Amino acid sequence: MDIMNVNPTRMQMTKLKKQLVTAKRGHKMLKDKRDELMRQFIELVQENKRLREKVEKELEACSGHFVNASAVMSKKSLDSSLMASKQQTGVDVGSKNIMSVDVPVFSAVSQSPEKGDIYPYGFAFTSFELDDAVSSLNELMPDLIKLAEIEKSCELMAAEIERTRRRVNSLEHVMIPRYEATIKYIAMKLEENDRSSRTRLMKVKDMLLEKAHHYSQKKD
Amino acid sequence: MAKSIAVIGDSESVKGFGAVGMDMFICDDPPSSPQLLKQIAENDYYAIIYMTEEVFEASVREREKLAERPVPAIIPIPGVRGNTGIGVRRLSRFVEQAVGSDILFKN
Repeated sequence: MDIMNVNPTRMQMTKLKKQLVTAKRGHKMLKDKRDELMRQFIELVQENKRLREKVEKELEACSGHFVNASAVMSKKSLDSSLMASKQQTGVDVGSKNIMSVDVPVFSAVSQSPEKGDIYPYGFAFTSFELDDAVSSLNELMPDLIKLAEIEKSCELMAAEIERTRRRVNSLEHVMIPRYEATIKYIAMKLEENDRSSRTRLMKVKDMLLEKAHHYSQKKD
Repeated sequence: MAKSIAVIGDSESVKGFGAVGMDMFICDDPPSSPQLLKQIAENDYYAIIYMTEEVFEASVREREKLAERPVPAIIPIPGVRGNTGIGVRRLSRFVEQAVGSDILFKN
């Protein structure tokens, strides 16, 4: 493992040890965040899958109705029937925070002059196929909006999970081992310095004693 | 704050959505859709933009720019030409991005 380019001093080591503690705590928290995000994401994405399959099926049915309608009506009258819609559909956009990811919450707001009056045309010159098509599409609206909300949430959460996973991995496999290696390196270096100065002192002491008492001469 | 819903797609597919109160943008030529999407997304007027699969495919780069923002949500829907499975593939890509491998849709 590569080590950081630092001076092997006690002060530096204390600093690194503090940083290591922070890194470990951060790693633990990010890991928890990732796990929880993942759990919620999986739930959401399963719901998303279910809803999408349903919506797609029903939308295809709607398209079928429209195709039928266009078969029995002229293109011009069909277009003019659908042109001026009576109701205006919009959504109220709120937001929800799932593990620090801001996801939108859509709630449908539809303004129609009369409840149940969704058809933007009179019944005299249009086929009943068109009524089917419009009403089935209208019934599908809540699901379509829900799908948009869930799918956007999934998209945002997937991106956040990826980011968090990268952070967790970089802490776990790069940052923390690097801190540990550097701390170990400094500790070794300090011990080594300590031993070398100790032996030097012992040597000096021997030399001084030798000078004062002349041990080697007395032995003879 | 109430925002509107937009639908982009070929004239056949989006026709019906106009009747239920969404704003429709007809785009019969998929290569021109990124420009249209950019205009629509610009002023933050729309919260949801549904796109038919053909135009959804054609505007990858524009969509990526908007992916990080909470609104608008850009959602693919099957058009009259049928379902090509883009929606489900998109979901499986989310799973792959999040988990590392596709554990839900692989079968």
